[in-house]
Amino acid sequence: MKKILSAALVATMLTTPAAWARDVKIGFVTTLTTGAAVIGNDIKKAVDLAMEHIGGKMAGLNVQLIYADDGFKPETGKQATDKLVKQDNVDFVAGYVWSHVLLASRKSVLDAGKFLISANAGPSPIAGKLCNRNFFSTSWQNDQTPMAMGEVLNQKGVKSLYIIAPNYAAGKNMVAGVERTFKGKILGKDMTTWPTQLDFSAELAKAKASGAEALFIFYPGKAGGAFIKQYQQAGMKDVMPLYTVFTVDALSLPKLQKAGFTDILGSQFTQEWDPSLDNAQNKRFVADFKAKYGSYPSFYAAQAYDAIFLIKSAVEAVNGNLDDIDGMRAAMKSASFPSVRGKFTYGNNHFPIQNFYLREVVKDADGNWTTKVVKTVYENNQDPYASQCPLK
Amino acid sequence: MDTTLLFIQILNGVQLGLLLFLVASGLTLVFGILDFVNLAHGSIYMLGAFICASLTFLVGNFLIAVLLAVPITGVIGYLIERVLIRQLYARSHLDHVLATFGLILVIDTTVQIIWGPAGISVPLPDWLNGQTELFAGVVVPTFRLIIIAAGLAVAAGLFWLVNYTRLGMLIRAGASNSTMVSALGVDIKTLFSLVFALGAMLAGLAGMLISPITEASINMGGEVIITAFVVIIIGGIGSMKGAFVAAILVGLIDTLGRSFLDDVFALFMSQNAAETAAPAISAMLIYILMAVILALRPQGLFPPKVR
Repeated sequence: MKKILSAALVATMLTTPAAWARDVKIGFVTTLTTGAAVIGNDIKKAVDLAMEHIGGKMAGLNVQLIYADDGFKPETGKQATDKLVKQDNVDFVAGYVWSHVLLASRKSVLDAGKFLISANAGPSPIAGKLCNRNFFSTSWQNDQTPMAMGEVLNQKGVKSLYIIAPNYAAGKNMVAGVERTFKGKILGKDMTTWPTQLDFSAELAKAKASGAEALFIFYPGKAGGAFIKQYQQAGMKDVMPLYTVFTVDALSLPKLQKAGFTDILGSQFTQEWDPSLDNAQNKRFVADFKAKYGSYPSFYAAQAYDAIFLIKSAVEAVNGNLDDIDGMRAAMKSASFPSVRGKFTYGNNHFPIQNFYLREVVKDADGNWTTKVVKTVYENNQDPYASQCPLK
Repeated sequence: MDTTLLFIQILNGVQLGLLLFLVASGLTLVFGILDFVNLAHGSIYMLGAFICASLTFLVGNFLIAVLLAVPITGVIGYLIERVLIRQLYARSHLDHVLATFGLILVIDTTVQIIWGPAGISVPLPDWLNGQTELFAGVVVPTFRLIIIAAGLAVAAGLFWLVNYTRLGMLIRAGASNSTMVSALGVDIKTLFSLVFALGAMLAGLAGMLISPITEASINMGGEVIITAFVVIIIGGIGSMKGAFVAAILVGLIDTLGRSFLDDVFALFMSQNAAETAAPAISAMLIYILMAVILALRPQGLFPPKVR
């Protein structure tokens, strides 16, 4: 009897592979605790929306999403990643808001032969010497956005600049980026303790005393809101216009609006995406996100939404055969999925070669603060580290 | 030009120091008089900020919100003492640390449930949002001056309270020998509750004053509590005067380090090396100071006379 049963079992397995097909398992590492959870929550909203849009399936397989919290700390992020890779045995690990968390976690994923998809962080080593064929980015390399800002400053005829940024992997990349393209003089630079320092009185006083024509900063998350308030309280808007990257976003704008920090209206910054970009995927994403959650999506959300569609394109290209790693890699490399930023291509290091736009803070028709595209700064821009990457 | 900048930075340092003093004074009061290690002091600081933020939107004025929020924070501190802290006085310091660490998790999660993880930007009235020209060339944000004024007023008030009032006398007596005070017919338990509530109000006030500059956010307590401990260790645990001097010292060292260390380093190393080294070293300065104090004068700069 036992034998017959086993035989029957084997027979079923052989004849109906679909019934035994496994789920597509995606581990998603982001920040779900601490004050930075506001970023992770926005990302989670976008991923949930993407899951809804794909009906929870890729190539007919069920998708199993496992969220993990990095606690805004490299060591916690690495632990969470290890668990996803070893215990949950996921096929893809995606997410990563922070460069230092991604740098600490990359090895766990890549050594296990899994795919690693960064939906935000883009530290320079991963684009250059540490590039890997199983790594893909749906965001940017850290230097690119500030490089575009440097270009904007040149076009505006700004002759001298003061820089304030946090002292960690991404902060250093952002400063390197703007220094690479900005042609004027840099009159001073402060690197602040990250993420604890939120009082910038000393740095603002130095910037003011330097007499620079403009101020460039990079402060993601709550530090950005804090900086902007102190900038307004110091009355520096007329003396030293503020240019930012990753500081003003759909998460900080509603808070700043509620507290009446009007100095931020009209402020400009560079980005690879904007809610007003005109393509079908973006229109659907922004409209449904607003309908479901009642707020504009942030760029973090847009990139996370893209990550799910990138994975979907890979799984569909191999008809759900998740063991076909080479097939999935080739599919992702072709960047044939519909991206909310519009069509782009992947470079040899698997970072996007894409446009960068100048965005400006404006009021929308309902009086809510949001952003619009002023102009395209770079077309099809590739990061400067790609040449250091041995991949073809 | 340079002296102007130096003066502004010293003001910034004093302002940071006074904020630290508000937090550290409550910590040192509770430690010195109740002999109780309160890690959750930072969470009360955060709670004060959130309560004040909500009240600011409710009543429409930041200053009125502060006046309302300070006593509310005091009541919360009083209740925490009555329900939890009181049971722990007889236990060891390790038990204090464990229990108050648990309290941090409870308060942080409660705040997250009530207000969400996003944090709240606190709006100031227009006249506080501007700048004041102290004298030619020295323009500082008005609100920073308010913080300095409030900090100095509280410091003076505490000095008067501890040294010249009957309550202060009982506080000092309770600190040197609580059994004797209680034997003389003083209700020492209520006294301890009041001291704890006072500490909570001071921490809450600091949180309220910083929130228009940064924002009310979940992690703000953890960020300040470590520096506050550094302050009371340098100043001498239990000493109000020590907390004041050390807080100003730490505020000045931190601010001036951030402002001028790269210029100093650039004198004897390359510009690039100075730019890399200065932020790292300036973040360490206050801890270096604490290590030096611990090595040379482990009791702190102004240890209390009794104990």
